[in-house]
Parts: sequence; structure tokens; C-alpha cells
Amino acid sequence: MSINATLLGQLISFMLFVWFCMKFVWPPLINAIEARQKKIADGLADADRAAKDLELAQSKATEQLKDAKAAANEIIEAANKRKNQIVDEAKAEADAERAKIIAQGKAEIEAERNRVKEELRKQVAALALTGAEKILERSIDEAAHSDIVNKLVAEI
Amino acid sequence: MAAEGELTASSYIQHHLTNLAVGEGFWTWHVDSLLFSVGLGGLFLWLFYRAGKKATAGVPTKFQCFVEMMVEFIDGIVRDSFHGRNPVIAPLALTIFVWVFLMNLMDLVPVDFIPHAAYLMGVPYLKIVPTTDLNITFGLSIGVFLLIVYYSIKVKGVSGFVKELTLQPFNHWALIPVNLVLETVTLIAKPISLALRLFGNLYAGELIFILIALMPWWSQFALSVPWAIFHILVIVLQAFIFMMLTVVYLSMAHEDH
Repeated sequence: MSINATLLGQLISFMLFVWFCMKFVWPPLINAIEARQKKIADGLADADRAAKDLELAQSKATEQLKDAKAAANEIIEAANKRKNQIVDEAKAEADAERAKIIAQGKAEIEAERNRVKEELRKQVAALALTGAEKILERSIDEAAHSDIVNKLVAEI
Repeated sequence: MAAEGELTASSYIQHHLTNLAVGEGFWTWHVDSLLFSVGLGGLFLWLFYRAGKKATAGVPTKFQCFVEMMVEFIDGIVRDSFHGRNPVIAPLALTIFVWVFLMNLMDLVPVDFIPHAAYLMGVPYLKIVPTTDLNITFGLSIGVFLLIVYYSIKVKGVSGFVKELTLQPFNHWALIPVNLVLETVTLIAKPISLALRLFGNLYAGELIFILIALMPWWSQFALSVPWAIFHILVIVLQAFIFMMLTVVYLSMAHEDH
């Protein structure tokens, strides 16, 4: 167990190994590690930002949903109001129409009645005239007594 | 598995603690320590280099994840303990941590597996745990020591470094020799403590594995399993301590008083 030339051999190989490690081993490894660290840090930052964005988008969406609901309610209310209005209008129109139709019908009935009355009166007058003619047997001049008959007709 | 004749407990232990050596005197090379040390360092660099070449900011593969975890771990420690900017420190810490860990990890390979296989192939001695060789741990810590001196001088200048050695902790000209002795001891103690701590821990651990291997084969697991599990903690801890102290020492070298 003596100190000998082995020491020199070890010393030289030690120096060479350290030099090699410093030149060819350490830099690529530490560079890769640092690059990955940066990548991961960027990724985490991106994830954070995305989460924040998502939160923002969600709150925005909720707000918009609320707005949309309110708008929909408003529209439905307006539509209901309009519906009621239309129904009311239609009702009023229908009432008016009905009244008109009833009035027309009544008028028609009245007119018909009047016409039938007139007809009846005329027929009664003719009947009366025929009866009187039969009774008087030609003694009465039709032309001379028509005014009396007409007066009679008007009286009926 | 001693090469020569009779197998006694002491020759078995002796055999396990002998390096495969080539050369004479100071120019002895521990071929096994160097082979495993450089092999494991090369394995570490090759694996991490491959991961680094394929590394992108996209979804990583599992192996890339593991490599990046290590890098991030070291990077965090260097950021916490090293104040100032120096592109060498973090790769240095990564190299030390993983390399020392891999070398320590060889301690968990059962003590006879690889040496016996090598013996059958005609290799008489083989120590597979490089960090149980003082030369290896001193090789690492002297490398760190040279960096400490280099950065001390680079950051503070030669005069600053000399001032640090001579005017601390007692700022008085009469006490310069005392300061010099104290500071030199402090400075020298850094690499020595680094190397001896790692060596001592691993050597002791290896020795205990060898002692356990001397027991009857059917009873070894009762001791070797708990010790190995405990050793998992030790090898990671020792690698971490070596790396951490290196970072702290270099951070101190960068500080201007």
C-alpha cells in the first residue's frame, strides 16, 4: 500500500474526465433541463390563463343567459298582451258583426213582414172588391167606385 | 485463493489486499485500480454523454430522467453551496459524485467473484474496488487540491493568496510564521482528509467483506447481507461527502476575505 505512479495516472484521468464532462456532458443536459423548465413554466402559466379565461367566459355566459331569459320573458309578456288585445278586438268585432247581422235580419224580417202585410192587404182589398162586386152584381162601375175601394184598402 | 500452495486466513486476506502491479519502485502501476477506475469513469461519461446528446425539452425517456435528476441534484447543491459563477464547479461535482459512487459500488460485488474469475484466467491478483487504493483517492483529492490553489490564485491573485496564508488568523506581522504554519496545515489537510476519509471507509468495508468471506459458506449471508445493505448507505454517503467537500473547498477558495 504505497504511493506510486498510479496516483499520476488517476490524476490525469480525473482531469481529462472533468474536462470531458464540462465540455460535452454538462451543457446539453443542463440546457435541456432549463428548456424543459421554461416549457413547463409556460405551460402552467398558459393553464392558469386558460382557467381565468374560462371563468370569465362562464360568468359572461351566465350573464348573457340571464339577459336572454329576461328578454324572453319580456317577449312572452308582450306576446300575451298582444294576444289579449287581439282576442279582445276580435271579440268586439264579432260582437259588432253579430249585432249587425241581427239588425239586418230584423230589418229583413220587418221588410218581409211589411211586404207580406201589403200583399195581404192588397189581397184582402181584392177579395173585398170581388166580394162587393159579387154582392152588387155589376151595379157598381168599377172605375167610378175604385176610389172608395182604395180608401177602404188604405184603412185596412 | 492465494497462488502459492496452502490457503490460510492471513494469506487469503493478504491476497485480496494486493494490487495487480506492474513496474518497480515509484513507477509501479496498479493496473487493476487504474483499469476499473478509468473503465467506470468512461462508463459514466459515455452514459451521460449519450443522454446529453439525445436530451431535448420534450418528454424525456426514463434514462434521461434519471440522468437529469442527477444533474439537477448536483446543480442544486452547487447553487446552494457555491457562491459565485464558475462553469467548472458543477461538472466537476457531477464527475466526482458519480465516478466515486461507481467505484465504491464495486465494493458490493461479492469479494471473490471477479478476482477468482481473473485468477482462473491467469491473473494472479485483482482488486476491483479502486477507492480502496490510496493512489486513486489521492489522485482525486490532489486534483481537487490543485484546483483549490489554482482558483485561490486566480481569484485573489498571488499576493492575495500569500496574504491569506500569512495574515490569518492573527493579523499582525510578528505572527506571520505562526499563521503560515497554521494556514499551510489547513490547506494541506484538505486533500489529505478527503483522500483518507474515502480510502478509510472503503478499505474498512472491503476488509469486513473479506473477513466475512472467511466464514463457512452457509453462514456468510447472515453477516454479508446486513453489511452490504448498510454499505449501500456508506458508498453513497462517501461519494456525496467527497463531492460536497470539494464544492465547499472550492467555494472557500473563491471567497475574498
